[in-house]
Amino acid sequence: MSMDTEESLKEYLSLQLKIPVLARIGPLARTFDFVANAAPGVKEILTIGKFLWEVRQKSYDLVVVDAVATGHITGQLAAPQAIQELVQVGLVRDQTGWMLDLLGDPAQTGVVIVAAPEEMPVNETLELVDKLAADTVVDLAAVVANRVLPELFGRGEEAVFDQLATDDEQVLSHAVGAPVRTILDGAQLAVTLRRTRSVHLARLREELPDGTPLLYVPYLFQRSHGARATHQVAAHLGEELGF
Amino acid sequence: MANRKPAGSTGSIEQLLAAKEIVIHCGSGGVGKTTTAAAAAAMAAVHHGGKVLVLTVDPARRLANALGLEAFGNVETQVPRAAFMEAGVEPRGELWAAMLDTKQSWDDLVRRHAPDPTTRDAILANPLYKNITGRFVQSHDYIAMERLYEIHASGTYDLIVVDTPPTRNAIDFLEAPERMADFFSSRLLRWLTVPARSRVLSMASKPFYSVADRILGSKFLEDIAEFFLLFQTMYAGFVDRAAAVTRTLADKRTTFVVVSTLESAPVREAEFFIDALHERGLHLGAVVLNKVLPTWFLDKGSTGAAKELCARADQLAAELPSTLGPPEQVARVLHEVGESFLNFQVVAKREAEMRAELSAAPDVVASVPYFDRDITDLASLLELGQQFWGVPSATGS
Repeated sequence: MSMDTEESLKEYLSLQLKIPVLARIGPLARTFDFVANAAPGVKEILTIGKFLWEVRQKSYDLVVVDAVATGHITGQLAAPQAIQELVQVGLVRDQTGWMLDLLGDPAQTGVVIVAAPEEMPVNETLELVDKLAADTVVDLAAVVANRVLPELFGRGEEAVFDQLATDDEQVLSHAVGAPVRTILDGAQLAVTLRRTRSVHLARLREELPDGTPLLYVPYLFQRSHGARATHQVAAHLGEELGF
Repeated sequence: MANRKPAGSTGSIEQLLAAKEIVIHCGSGGVGKTTTAAAAAAMAAVHHGGKVLVLTVDPARRLANALGLEAFGNVETQVPRAAFMEAGVEPRGELWAAMLDTKQSWDDLVRRHAPDPTTRDAILANPLYKNITGRFVQSHDYIAMERLYEIHASGTYDLIVVDTPPTRNAIDFLEAPERMADFFSSRLLRWLTVPARSRVLSMASKPFYSVADRILGSKFLEDIAEFFLLFQTMYAGFVDRAAAVTRTLADKRTTFVVVSTLESAPVREAEFFIDALHERGLHLGAVVLNKVLPTWFLDKGSTGAAKELCARADQLAAELPSTLGPPEQVARVLHEVGESFLNFQVVAKREAEMRAELSAAPDVVASVPYFDRDITDLASLLELGQQFWGVPSATGS
């Protein structure tokens, strides 16, 4: 399902607060949309409350949330606490208790951070790890390094490539029967890209809290991002997780 | 270039930056908005001269990183001339950098608009205010545009390059000033502030209150009421201000640069954003395609050779000088080289399609290739800027 604050609000009103009729009345529903905008944290808690509610209802075995951008996620996850501090009584306040219980239980809730092995994303990931620990009760379940480029050459093979790319290019072109310069440049670029990224990958590995699982998903060389790509990512993640 | 626009076309990023005062970089997360914004500002400072500011409104401290500055807060900081000299260039102008500190900006706004010191202090001390400004997402979008307006109005800079916050919806920040104005003039605010103004609830607001009370509790409602009552003293100033901010975005001196990588999700977002700009009558200055693979991956002649390398690796290895290494190792290398080329070619083809889709409308489309090193200092930032600065090479040539 996809998330929509207005829909969440209506559901929230009818499911949690048992005000089904009111929620359907136009002007009042609009009024509550205003409330969601006006009262700080209401919007955030509606979003987070919606998926926590699905968990609480046990409608699914697993609820996976594709969350908002890095800069915003802590604000959402910290919303129940913020509300608890701000709102002393009332139904919204009553809701924060069970939300915090669910969010704070590592057996039930965990955050998975996905990062590309580039400098800025790695920085942001590490910042987010600290922020999650400082501002929220949510456990860090794992970090996924996405689009990891393959290592082209094994031990000793790079020396072979270097010699091919310099001294023996002509010989190779002759053997193949066509110029190979462009192909060698392509391989060189692949090696360089992999190398610059591996530095960041190493830093990510080192600076993550001890025991944080770090999973790798390789870069997919394909034309489109359809269902096949999703299957491939799933297969790689499955391998990493030992399925 | 077939779709080259006639007179009036800006032609290149260089010309665009020379003609505009505000350049707003937008696009989805991870496409390199911050880096390209910083690179554009640095290039302008070097080549056009004057005072150039790069303002990053991203909550994460990315730009500080790219500029090699430890941290720069709401205060604008000059990037030292020495940093340019180290990068081997002598800038004609000055480069300044600032990051948006949401909390600080809100405080400044309150200080500016509060009618008297008592109200000002009451707002600044209000727990709700602290939460709104510090914690909640929507406040970023508005304050980013507000601060941009503020800096622009001060007339301190010849050019301001802005990097927009990562919003779930790219147009959120375009609408933020309007929403803020709507909000402050909404009926809801009047209702919320009723109990503080009068103990007698009107018939109209009574049902609202009974429900609101059930949901939020009367204490919180009172807190909200107090907060908004205080805020209402700044109502006129705020609404005027929001309107002025909206006007600034639509001003002729303002332009938008849409940044995207050539992957399907960012491209979709970029297209959506281009449409949104068009609908609102805002100026789309350029599209910058970042992290693009070199077009020589599309070279047809090389495809055959790469396939040969894969198919005849063993045979070819045997024909090469034995000094290269054991034949089976050489064969493995040849196979890897060929396969890698074909792999990247697939991606390059996908990028070419995406590029064709995105290039249909805008006047300026500039490409930045994949960098073989990280953008961590001014030198690499300028090197990147050099890639999109001049007249862009025509699509595909």
